[in-house]
Amino acid sequence: MLLIDCPHCGLRDETEFACGGEAHIARPLAENAITDAEFAEYLFWRDNPKGVFLERWCHTAGCRQWFNAARDTVTHDFIEIYAMGSMPASKAGKAAFADAWRRNTASEAAAKPSSKGGKS
Amino acid sequence: MSKNTPHKNSKQGNMRLDNGGRIDRQKPVTFRFDGKTFGGFEGDTLASALLANGVHLVGRSFKYHRPRGILTAGYDEPNALVEIGQGNQQAPNIRATEAMIHEGLTARSQNRWPSLGFDIGAVNSLLGRFFPAGFYYKTFMFPAFFWKRVYEPIIRNAAGLGRAAKDQNDPDRYEKTHRHTDVLIVGGGVSGLMAALSAGQSGARVMLVDDANELGGWMLSETNTHIDGMSAIDWIKATAATLNAMPNVTVMTRTQCFGYMDHNFLTLAEKVTDHLVERPAHLPRQRMWKIRAKHVVLAQGNHERPLIFGGNDKPGVMMAGAVRSYINRYAVIPGRRAVVYTNNDDAYKTALALVDAGVKVAAIIDQRPAPSSVLMSQAMARNITVHAGHAVLDAKGTRHVGTVKIAAINPKSGDVTGQPFYLDADLVAMSGGFTPVVNLHSQARGKITWDEDQLCFRPSEYHEACLSVGACNGIFGVKDAMADAAKAGSVAATAAGFKASAATTPDVSEPDMVMRPHLLWKMPSDAVKGMEPKAFVDFQNDVTASDIKLAVREGYHSVEHVKRYTTNGMATDQGKMSNINALGILSDQLGKPIPEVGTTTFRYPYTPTTFGAIAGRDIKGLFDTQRLTRMDAWHRANGAEYEHVGQWMRAWYYPQSGETMEDAVKREVKKTRTHAGILDASTLGKIDIRGKDAAEFLDRLYTNMFSTLKIGRCRYGLMLKDDGMVMDDGVTTRLGENHFHMTTTTGGAANVLGWMEEWLQTEWPELDVYLTSVTEEWAVTTVTGPNARKILEAAGCSVSLADDAFPFMSYQDANLAGLPVRIFRISFTGELSFEINIKARHGMALWQHLMTAGAPFGLTPYGTESMHVLRAEKGFIIVGQETDGSVNPHDLGMSWIVSKKKTDFIGKRALERKSMALDNRKQLVGIKTEDPKMVVPEGAHAVLDPHQSYPMEMLGQVTSSYYSPNLGHSVAMALLKGGHAMKGQTVWFPMIDGKKPIKAVITDTVFYDPKGDRING
Repeated sequence: MLLIDCPHCGLRDETEFACGGEAHIARPLAENAITDAEFAEYLFWRDNPKGVFLERWCHTAGCRQWFNAARDTVTHDFIEIYAMGSMPASKAGKAAFADAWRRNTASEAAAKPSSKGGKS
Repeated sequence: MSKNTPHKNSKQGNMRLDNGGRIDRQKPVTFRFDGKTFGGFEGDTLASALLANGVHLVGRSFKYHRPRGILTAGYDEPNALVEIGQGNQQAPNIRATEAMIHEGLTARSQNRWPSLGFDIGAVNSLLGRFFPAGFYYKTFMFPAFFWKRVYEPIIRNAAGLGRAAKDQNDPDRYEKTHRHTDVLIVGGGVSGLMAALSAGQSGARVMLVDDANELGGWMLSETNTHIDGMSAIDWIKATAATLNAMPNVTVMTRTQCFGYMDHNFLTLAEKVTDHLVERPAHLPRQRMWKIRAKHVVLAQGNHERPLIFGGNDKPGVMMAGAVRSYINRYAVIPGRRAVVYTNNDDAYKTALALVDAGVKVAAIIDQRPAPSSVLMSQAMARNITVHAGHAVLDAKGTRHVGTVKIAAINPKSGDVTGQPFYLDADLVAMSGGFTPVVNLHSQARGKITWDEDQLCFRPSEYHEACLSVGACNGIFGVKDAMADAAKAGSVAATAAGFKASAATTPDVSEPDMVMRPHLLWKMPSDAVKGMEPKAFVDFQNDVTASDIKLAVREGYHSVEHVKRYTTNGMATDQGKMSNINALGILSDQLGKPIPEVGTTTFRYPYTPTTFGAIAGRDIKGLFDTQRLTRMDAWHRANGAEYEHVGQWMRAWYYPQSGETMEDAVKREVKKTRTHAGILDASTLGKIDIRGKDAAEFLDRLYTNMFSTLKIGRCRYGLMLKDDGMVMDDGVTTRLGENHFHMTTTTGGAANVLGWMEEWLQTEWPELDVYLTSVTEEWAVTTVTGPNARKILEAAGCSVSLADDAFPFMSYQDANLAGLPVRIFRISFTGELSFEINIKARHGMALWQHLMTAGAPFGLTPYGTESMHVLRAEKGFIIVGQETDGSVNPHDLGMSWIVSKKKTDFIGKRALERKSMALDNRKQLVGIKTEDPKMVVPEGAHAVLDPHQSYPMEMLGQVTSSYYSPNLGHSVAMALLKGGHAMKGQTVWFPMIDGKKPIKAVITDTVFYDPKGDRING
């Protein structure tokens, strides 16, 4: 059972947490028109890498706060835990963010205001 | 030596030595095995007590029903599994080598019929040629019905291990407990003790756990090792006393570590009272410990490996180390004339112990061509014949070994080179080398490596904060192991943040010998090829050497495939004895060295653990939280039948004397529509929403608009997932400019709160919104029906309930019967309804007051079943019944609730997908059966033509279906492909078991009061 360092409560057992899956999936803004296929990148497509993965976790049976984590899916080691809305600071975390296939998708571009990536 | 010989007429067994052993001779014990009474001593295991009475045959094997005896003296035992206890306390598959006897203990052998001595299933053994590896896959294929009618009953009858108690009501109590510790040491042998000394001296919190009834591990079974000038046992006693005196050290015996998981989380099973005759009421039978350790030291020792030869599973064939253990630890001789068969020096100690105990050692058979050691010289000085470069070909005997067939061999090829000869023996003590226990290390994802010097796997890399020490680290010498452990104990304590140094390793005198075995994976035999005697690799699953060879011939080359095809290592002992021998045979067959063959995965649990300990107190009423409303005592007192809704217990219906459920529901729903009904709706999810962005947040959360809602008004809302599918629904009321009261479905309350928190924290953190779950703050009573207004007035309501003063879908703070309440005029029945929320502590008082006030107006309590019928008559959906995560608002015919004005809400973009507007989506319709009395079963599939050939083309399924007493016919809703365009058409519902298909017509979903006149009373 994983031992997870909640940024608010400290080290707690995994059974107190819920994993919210892949982190940093930007939601396309309604003002940016995108195709159904591009929208599916946001809605359905999820990464499942072997190695460092940026995930969202929630301390559901504790403070109920969401946070981000960079976790190695092979070793189960937590490389860093960082606040919701912030970016990873570790080298491995930064690389995992930069290398994610999602970075160059139309759905991610459409999550920015007055995006040029949208096909409006 | 002749003084310490068995006493022929001893009540505690005629194979019991007069002196020695760790048993308490002052405390004789009587116990029963297979109906016979035997004697033993306190300190005996069931196995040692049986052997003391000359009983070897204790079970029948899994597949061939071969007679099986006691092979080991520990928890690695594959054969001697017995049932212990009686009635509802009977526990199956207990290892006789672990179970301590106590007065009155009752045990039975397993897997035999009709008796242990004569077993019909043993005919399988004669059919052995027809039960090869993969037999199940090859034989039981065709025809299909044969599996159900013939094969399965026979296999179930013949195979298997013990039986669980028929009475499932286990009277014993079990507990679970948690502990954080700095250093956890698994194994209380001399290595574990040394590690505990080092770590304990540093002040770290140390836990030392051992599975046996006393500390000492293997040294309890040796007599020729001395530590610090005293016997090993005296040193162990002194060290245990030192550790027990340290307040920071916890020593636990009878405690097996059976799992090692991520981040140093380990599970222990403690047998608290299993060994006691009188079990104190305040103690659990077993206790499961969940440990989080900063550092772990594994000191679990090794397992001795069997040798592969014909009849190596016969009663009387035992592990050499176990034989020594029975002599030295339990003062029992397992035979009177022994053959010792080995490939290493260690078994010579057994030969010497046997001679010392007065047992005739017919010969030592050593596979090695030129063994030489001090022990060997000692053996020869005691006139024991050593046959070097020889092998045992076969152990013969029906229910016990009687004769051993031996021949000279080529030690490299295993070919028989000499004329076989026979020796009489009732005991074969075998040693095929030693396997460090790497199971927990591997569970913790540590890596292992093949040690070319010791010829065994040992730990190489650690994944967790953990060290293996001593024999389980491949260090077999006692002194070296203790030094290794002392150092590891200090490393562990240092890693846990303490200033530690290694305890001084004591002087050790031990026999000079090498543990390195001679490895020979070919089974020496002079039999015609294909006619070799059965030689077992996995005793518990009856896997033979030839099964593994056959698997290779049939193309299974991966170790994981061979394991599954032969089932080797898949029994309850998890391959503790068989693993390396199977790998060796496989490597020989494949012509690959063992490291290249690889190992199988070591799985949890390390040893079988009773479900009772794993479940602990989380059974029956404590299995899950049960939530009761504040009015529950009234429901109970008034004979309500209950329904589980999530964790809630809800009143289902209130049968009066002699009423069936159907009668009661009929009465409740009729009375509600003619007079009035009262429902306990306290379980509805309630969320208090505040903050200056509360209205904006609700606009994004629901498909419809909430920012336009006036204060004091209620609105029904539909919540979608971002994929556009319906997730929840409920009524939300604006209590103030920045204050809303949301209701959710009973089952969805926690999910909805979590969902709202997630969006606020992760997507829209800029919104100023505060959420509080207030489900249990408010008790909710619904009064509904044409008399509802009169009843509230009679109850003393402080505000006008007239339609213009208190319109439908509005809310008012009021006083009712002098108590402050929130009244919501909302309806789930289609009748005039008031939902009255009151501080939970007044819930019962209000309910009782309303019952009294409502009596003259025919107020009738109704339960959830009537609630469902009433809402179905009106075509109101229930999320989770009409929807299943693939249904969007358009499918439900609720396009009216999807705002076209809002730029965004959760699910908006997904609803615009082309696939969401297809004509052939499953759409919600009403179903009216041709026969008004016929109620279509929920889940029934609709077809257009009931006579079409299989598989029929299905339109969809019924989601809700009831008989409506108010309408005099059944009402149902269904999700049908393109259903909205099919109103008026006929559909059929084919039934199983030869029943006639049900004919029905597709209708609108609203059956009762389609104009909605009744909402105003």
